[in-house]
Amino acid sequence: MKNNNQYLNLSSRDAYGIALFNQAELNKTIVAVTADVPDSVRFSKFRENWPERFFNFGIAEQNMMGAAAGLAREGKTPFVSVYAIFAAMRAIEQLRTDIAYPKLPVRICVSHSGISLGQAGPTHHSIEDISILRSIANMVVIAPADGISTAMALDVISNYDGPVYLRLSRAVEPTVYSSSMVYKFGRANIVREGKDITIIAYGASVGNSLIAAKKLSQEGIEATVIDMAFIKPIDKNAIIKAANETGRILTVEESTIIGGLGSAVAEVLAEANATVVFKRLGIPDQYTLAGSYDALQRHYNLDPDGIATESRALFK
Amino acid sequence: MTNSDQILTLSQRALDYREHIIKLAHTQNFGVHVGGSLSLAEVFTTLYFDAANLDPKNPTWQNRDRIVLSKGHGNVGLLTILAMKGFFPFSVFENFNEVGSHYSMHSDAEVPGVEHSAGSLGHGLSVAVGMALVAKTDMQPWQVYCIMGDGEMMEGSVWEAMMSASHFKLNNLNAIIDRNRLCQEGTTAETMDLEPLMEKSRAFGWSVFEVDGHSIRELLDAFSADSGEKPKLIITNTIKGRGIHSLENQTKSHFAHLTEEQAQLAIEQINNERNILVQD
Repeated sequence: MKNNNQYLNLSSRDAYGIALFNQAELNKTIVAVTADVPDSVRFSKFRENWPERFFNFGIAEQNMMGAAAGLAREGKTPFVSVYAIFAAMRAIEQLRTDIAYPKLPVRICVSHSGISLGQAGPTHHSIEDISILRSIANMVVIAPADGISTAMALDVISNYDGPVYLRLSRAVEPTVYSSSMVYKFGRANIVREGKDITIIAYGASVGNSLIAAKKLSQEGIEATVIDMAFIKPIDKNAIIKAANETGRILTVEESTIIGGLGSAVAEVLAEANATVVFKRLGIPDQYTLAGSYDALQRHYNLDPDGIATESRALFK
Repeated sequence: MTNSDQILTLSQRALDYREHIIKLAHTQNFGVHVGGSLSLAEVFTTLYFDAANLDPKNPTWQNRDRIVLSKGHGNVGLLTILAMKGFFPFSVFENFNEVGSHYSMHSDAEVPGVEHSAGSLGHGLSVAVGMALVAKTDMQPWQVYCIMGDGEMMEGSVWEAMMSASHFKLNNLNAIIDRNRLCQEGTTAETMDLEPLMEKSRAFGWSVFEVDGHSIRELLDAFSADSGEKPKLIITNTIKGRGIHSLENQTKSHFAHLTEEQAQLAIEQINNERNILVQD
């Protein structure tokens, strides 16, 4: 088994930079593509080592995304990294029509997702990306929980012949994984088992949900926590099994509650005729506020205390 | 082949191309993008039968020149020239626009010889930039051609691509603008003025040539001209609907169905032009 200890306790973003570099040493078709933010997306070492494989398109994301399609058409494996919102919204038509429609192997690995760019406010928050990307055919959508699982996700998709949206954070997420854990394409990972409620999350919300589960345990509520890093394709069996076993499901995500993980889980539950107490926790149907990441997580109940509060409410 | 023989042959092919488009515009009751396909007759003919290095028997040949049609609504033109070149038989048009057919209104990369699907405007040049970057960094011999509509130049993404092509010194990239001065529902001048297009393009770092887009001789010269370290832009002044008197230079030529009478008149016009070519 591959030793992933070097990624332990790293943020998803830092782990991405290292894991990409390691892959690029072996796979010479990999090129790095960005739009004025190479250091922010951890391309610095890649750029120093392989300047001829690094392309900075300046502050012009639409052209960057279209050019990535051209690079992929000619045999390259582009890793396109910018802030989430500018990939998922500014350049969405190029992503959809030029990359996803022809199923080109472009890895759109975005940083600064969700509300992790706190003080920068709603112009820089990316709360719609999961909902948008999930609706695009041919897309694989992954949001790893921490550094190690980011490296594992990159490993899992390394031979995937199609487009992938990999959602990274600006923040340092709570560590969830150890290097002995296993990651499979399209599979949910149960990171804690309990009989009373299931919390399904992705990204930083997985670690926060684990901390919340420990708090709940002290009160006698035992929670299963599922890392649904693969939002698409989604692991239907894991959702139905969790509903049958715990009868209560809370989805947690740093995204709008419309169309994201919560909606995806609800679709699975409804079509399976599952009888379950259910709630979507995320950003309500409104624009986010500006403020520190920690304060915003508290504000939207996405911190461990908030997740515990929302969980308790499902027992009333 | 002498230069004048070459021009005669290409001119005859351009008329053959027009005849195909006219017949298609007649047989397809739904209509086709006739105007912007006819304006490209000489551009396509010169590019596919002279300038570009292609092998219709091996559409994915590694050293082929890449041709990206960014104005994807010129697809009946693209399909016609590809069929003429031998990429596939003309019989593909029997299922044109049918559910499941890759031969339809907009260009589809599932079709042999089509490098990238297009339809939404302002995308092709960026894709061509990516392709040209690969050829340049991997020291490949092939050229990249990108055919755009002039109305398409209103899209901001095109100018992002223009900027990046000169920034990366992509002198293996050749863009062609079909300057027929009409977009879907009006003239480019009244819709969103593009002028001074040549000066703007030069200011963006391109080597710019302006030619009569219906002159094979001028097109041959422009395709073979040296652009130095810069990407090359050829502004081809054309007439939308060229070859059908009743539609020439009119917005209604953009998408049309031809009646039996219109088609017959247009083919007579083509035959007259054929006779004039031979007499010259």
